Amino acid sequence: MDLFEYQGKQFFKQFGMPVSDGEVAFTVQEAVDAAERLGTPVMVKAQVHTGGRGKAGGVKFAATVEDVQEHASNILGLDINGHIVQRLWIEKASDISEEYYASFTLDRSAKQHLGMLSAEGGVEIETVAAENPDAISKVHVDPAIGLTREAAQAWVEGANLNPVAVEGAIDIVLNLYEAYVNGDADLVEINPLILTPDNRVHVLDAKVTLDSNSVFRHEDYAEFDETQPRDEREEAAHSKGLQYVGLEGSVGVIANGAGLAMSTVDVVNQVGGKPANFLDIGGGANADVMAGALEVINNDPEVKSIFINIFGGITRGEEVANGIIEALNRVDIDAPIIIRLDGTNADEGRAILEPALNEKLMMEPTMLDAARRAVELAKGES
Amino acid sequence: MSIFVDSNTKVIYQGLTGSQGRYYGLLNRDYGTQVVGGTNPKKAGEEVEGIPIFANCAEAVEATGATASCIFIPAAGVYSAVMDAAEGGVKFIVCITEGVPAHDEAKFYNELKAQYPDVQLLGPNCPGIISPGQCNIGITAGHIAKAGGPVGIVSRSGTLTYQALYELQQKDIGVTTCVGIGGDPVPGTSFIDCLAAFEADPETKAVMMIGEIGGSAEEEAADFIKNHMSKPVSSYIAGVTAPPGKKMGHAGAIVSGGKGTADAKMEALRDAGVKVGLNPTEAGELMAEIVTSL
Repeated sequence: MDLFEYQGKQFFKQFGMPVSDGEVAFTVQEAVDAAERLGTPVMVKAQVHTGGRGKAGGVKFAATVEDVQEHASNILGLDINGHIVQRLWIEKASDISEEYYASFTLDRSAKQHLGMLSAEGGVEIETVAAENPDAISKVHVDPAIGLTREAAQAWVEGANLNPVAVEGAIDIVLNLYEAYVNGDADLVEINPLILTPDNRVHVLDAKVTLDSNSVFRHEDYAEFDETQPRDEREEAAHSKGLQYVGLEGSVGVIANGAGLAMSTVDVVNQVGGKPANFLDIGGGANADVMAGALEVINNDPEVKSIFINIFGGITRGEEVANGIIEALNRVDIDAPIIIRLDGTNADEGRAILEPALNEKLMMEPTMLDAARRAVELAKGES
Repeated sequence: MSIFVDSNTKVIYQGLTGSQGRYYGLLNRDYGTQVVGGTNPKKAGEEVEGIPIFANCAEAVEATGATASCIFIPAAGVYSAVMDAAEGGVKFIVCITEGVPAHDEAKFYNELKAQYPDVQLLGPNCPGIISPGQCNIGITAGHIAKAGGPVGIVSRSGTLTYQALYELQQKDIGVTTCVGIGGDPVPGTSFIDCLAAFEADPETKAVMMIGEIGGSAEEEAADFIKNHMSKPVSSYIAGVTAPPGKKMGHAGAIVSGGKGTADAKMEALRDAGVKVGLNPTEAGELMAEIVTSL
């Protein structure tokens, strides 16, 4: 789950990090009201789940309330990398002497947490890593031990920050690590972390990705789930508890298991088609889940054919076949369906499907054959 | 021969009294696995179809001599279950549970490494392990695997593991052991752990490796194959056409910042002399060619 900047800052604030006062605004009037309460000057910042806001004109300094009005009306509705700005964060402007970078994430190769700190903040860390890798001070943290003050100090001292920033930076990275671990985050990033003219170290931006597997111990994360960017199809699938990713093509894909679903998407591409989605219905493939999956795919106007790719493991072929027949009795599907059923008791399953086959419901023996058929149908070639 | 588990392996099911644990525990026993006990602190002294329930792994190990465990505990309890197994003397822990927070995984992985270096964890979020004809721990359908050899399988994806077993069975090719390492960010057992074990196992003559997008485990495996393996390997990587920034079902399956792409993984594997198929069927066919030429 990706948080908006303002959610990230509220999250950081809970862990004792210094962030600027601000308010969320959905309209120009709300932005103006917020600025009047906060007192100018303020920053008007687009809240979107993508980078490059500044370059796109989504972050503006406003010296007066009139400026706020102008910037808010320009930024609301702006398209930033395909994300339409629907909310703003109005916060008190800060004076900046220097800009730094700080983050924690999991280093999957080392199987430890990785902290990165740089005196070159305010630009993308990938750019710093490519052009001046020595400017990034790294620390590996053993999750079984945690980040000690001594380790944090050595790490911060290796980052060539302004000496007056070192103590403040140590406090912030220790709190950032707490937020990362106790908040169950996949990523916490502050860019820029700033030094002010009066020598305070302050959090000026927040990028936070939370682990959705941890919601069982963070009830308050439900509100973040509601603000995740999903297209209409993804929203519908999400509400049915389906693992769905929207793609741009015309062949609807349903498979059991994430790997098989990914593989199905690949094979459709390999035979010259374009998948409309990735959809994993899990191991069971029962009628309820199948009906829900078919409904989601049927509501996608781009879908011209549907490829159901099921491998029976513990779930036997006849159970899968009965599930498909029952699902088809419950929902009306417009696009032709091509089924590939293999694995445990596949013959028995196919025998159940056989009498139901017609020009809208077809079966193919292998994954590749089924993909070819689905692609031909999507292109109107057969 | 086989790796990690065989017909002598005695297994405790942590969560045997739950619906999933009971279902798969009994299926595994029907397959021939020595299911010697279950754990549940509230139901110690009871039985599930003749299988005794113990309060914890220490008591179960003491009473049964088990060396392996299989975890079917909800995600919130997995950290405690893993540590209970290690503290109780279990040497091979298989965790089937999905949805375990990444921070818990990172913590118990490193705690096991520091405190119980001789303990091997498989998973979480994996289908388990099967040495066909000998021992099946987890949720793999045993009858889709042909016993014997000469092929070992290691896979990051559940259904593609089954697909691989099935492709080989259709071609009448036997399997020594098939290990599903799972698709999470911090897997207890890596590709390299399995490749090294297969390399050392005299009955395994070739290895099929199934990877997917995300992380760099496949690249690290390719490096290991290049420098340390004499046995031939065929491979398939799922997610060639996955868009960046989207998690494809598994927590670990995501292309981010241009890293973790299938193309880079396939390139690294080809460079290590691995025969790479573009779909599971092709990888099976490549393995059949390898087996014929052995």
